[in-house]
Amino acid sequence: MKFQLRIEVSLKPGHSDPEGETTAHLLNELGYKIERVNVSKVYSGILETESLKEAQMKAEEMCKRLLANPTKDNYAIMIEEEK
Amino acid sequence: MKREEIKVCVLRVGGTNCDTETKRAFDELGVQTEVVHVNEMVKRRNLLEYNALVFPGGFSHGDYVRAGAIWAKLILAKLHKELKTFVYENRPILGICNGFQVLVEAGLLPGFDNISPYPKAALATNFPPGYNCRWIYIKHENNEKCIFTRKIPKGKILRMPVAHSQGRFIFTKEKEKQHLNRLYENDQLVFRYCDKNGEYAEGRFPTNPNGSFHDIVGICNPEGTIFGLMPHPERAFYWWQQPDWTRQAQMPQYGDGKPIFESLIEYLLKKF
Repeated sequence: MKFQLRIEVSLKPGHSDPEGETTAHLLNELGYKIERVNVSKVYSGILETESLKEAQMKAEEMCKRLLANPTKDNYAIMIEEEK
Repeated sequence: MKREEIKVCVLRVGGTNCDTETKRAFDELGVQTEVVHVNEMVKRRNLLEYNALVFPGGFSHGDYVRAGAIWAKLILAKLHKELKTFVYENRPILGICNGFQVLVEAGLLPGFDNISPYPKAALATNFPPGYNCRWIYIKHENNEKCIFTRKIPKGKILRMPVAHSQGRFIFTKEKEKQHLNRLYENDQLVFRYCDKNGEYAEGRFPTNPNGSFHDIVGICNPEGTIFGLMPHPERAFYWWQQPDWTRQAQMPQYGDGKPIFESLIEYLLKKF
């Protein structure tokens, strides 16, 4: 089975986000009244596994092994069967 | 072990830099040094041929995902057994700049519980953000646990260059205090950012060039045999690498980076 995978890695609350802060500052300079900008990274791909359960397990494993550093990152996984 | 028998491996991959400077520093001190590409190491060589291993600076794998993350996971996947033996036998591992990021991402530093399966710290985006390339001052904090700084008196102020955009050493917020205490208890704190008079930066830019927690520059593992730092000692090895050499009438022959390499060699001469 093939699954569409979307993983969003973002900073945990409380961790400073220099990229977001700089972006927010510039957006304000451009005239947008924006309070805070948070930057996150999205990884998407097609994953082949035997079941949805296995796909979820593998995606979780990918986050822990490579995509997120638990010291500072949260991650959210979205999986949909590819039609 | 005799000095000329010592074999140091400077591991490289696409995007690493200063491997040549690192080799030159070791060559100057009379030990054998090889720069080996990681693919060569995996396919045809053995890590255990070497007495010491260096992860040099740079931007391995384009700093994609996070600085050092891809190279760290690649090494864990391809060289895990050899690396584990290397660590278990207390053979020294030095990580400079990107190399420090690799050691943290690989779970080798801080190494509270040997090789941790997931990183226990991070080298996050600099604050203020951006690539920062400058000469900074660092203060030696270690009480001789770290085998890489035993030739440096505690409290000595050294000058070295930094050049990175992800060098803000952090712990997870909820365990910050606990982990810092462990660093002190285990004598794992090696250098902190300070000004030229030795006053700690207390987070102030540019004395602390990246916003690093507790002004942390570099740490070692509890055994003192794995050491990572953000500045580049190999770029502060000779007098002519220093930024003010044209303005000085006379300078010592070597820069502040030299004792790090000397300490490593002295450890190998005594231990093996």
